[in-house]
Amino acid sequence: MTSSSRNPILITASRLLAPFIQLFALYVIFHGHFGPGGGFQGGAMLAASILMLRLSVGAERSELKFRKSWGTPVGALGALIFAGTGLLTLLLGGRFLEYHFLPLPDLSRAELHSAGILLIEVGVSLAVMAVLVAIYDDIMEGSGGG
Amino acid sequence: MRKTSLIALVLFGALLLYASSGLPGHGDPDGPSHRERSRVGSPVAAAHYIRHAQADAASPNIVTVVLADYRGFDTLGETIVVLTAGLVCYLILRRSP
Repeated sequence: MTSSSRNPILITASRLLAPFIQLFALYVIFHGHFGPGGGFQGGAMLAASILMLRLSVGAERSELKFRKSWGTPVGALGALIFAGTGLLTLLLGGRFLEYHFLPLPDLSRAELHSAGILLIEVGVSLAVMAVLVAIYDDIMEGSGGG
Repeated sequence: MRKTSLIALVLFGALLLYASSGLPGHGDPDGPSHRERSRVGSPVAAAHYIRHAQADAASPNIVTVVLADYRGFDTLGETIVVLTAGLVCYLILRRSP
C-alpha cells in the first residue's frame, strides 16, 4: 500500500488513540501489584497500540515508534531482565528469584519482593510487546508487504 | 467418519457435563482447593498463599504474588516460550538479506 491511498480519518484517529492506549498499558503493568493486570496483559496492549499504528499510518512511518529490527533484540532484552533478576539474587547469596537479596537499600523484605515482582513484570511486558510486534513484522516481510 | 466423530464428540460432551455436576461450587470455601490438607494429608498450597501473600510481598494482589514470586520460575519459562515463538517466526519468515 502506498501512503497516498491511506484514509486521513484512520490516521488521525489512530494517532490520537495510540498514546492513551500506551498510557493505559503502562498503568496495567505498574498497577499489577494492586489490581488486575501485569506484564503479559500490559505488553499485549502496548503491542496492540504499535500494531494499530503499523496498520493505519504504514510501516515506514510507524517505524519511528518501534523499528522493525528492534523486535527480536527487545524481546531478548525483556527475557534477559527477568533472568538477570534471578541470576542477580543467585549471585548475591540467595536462591533463583529470591527477591529479598536484591541490592536495593532501605527496603523491608516484603518491599524487596514487591520491587522484584515489578522488575520481572517490566521484563515480561517488554518481551511480550516486542515479540508480538516482531511476529507481525516477520509475517509482513515474508509476504512481501509492509 | 464424520458421523463417528460427531457421535464421539457428543458423547464426550455429555460425559464432561455429567462430570462437571460433581465439581464443588465456584468459590466454595469447603472445596478441595481451599482445604488446609488434601485428601492424602499433604498440605495444600492455596491456603498458604492466601494467608501469606500480603505479608511476603507487600501486595494485595495474590494472583500477581503467586505468578511472579511463588511461581516465578514458571513465569520465566512462559516468557522464554513467548520469546522462542518470536525467534522461530523470525527464522522461518524473514527473507535472508
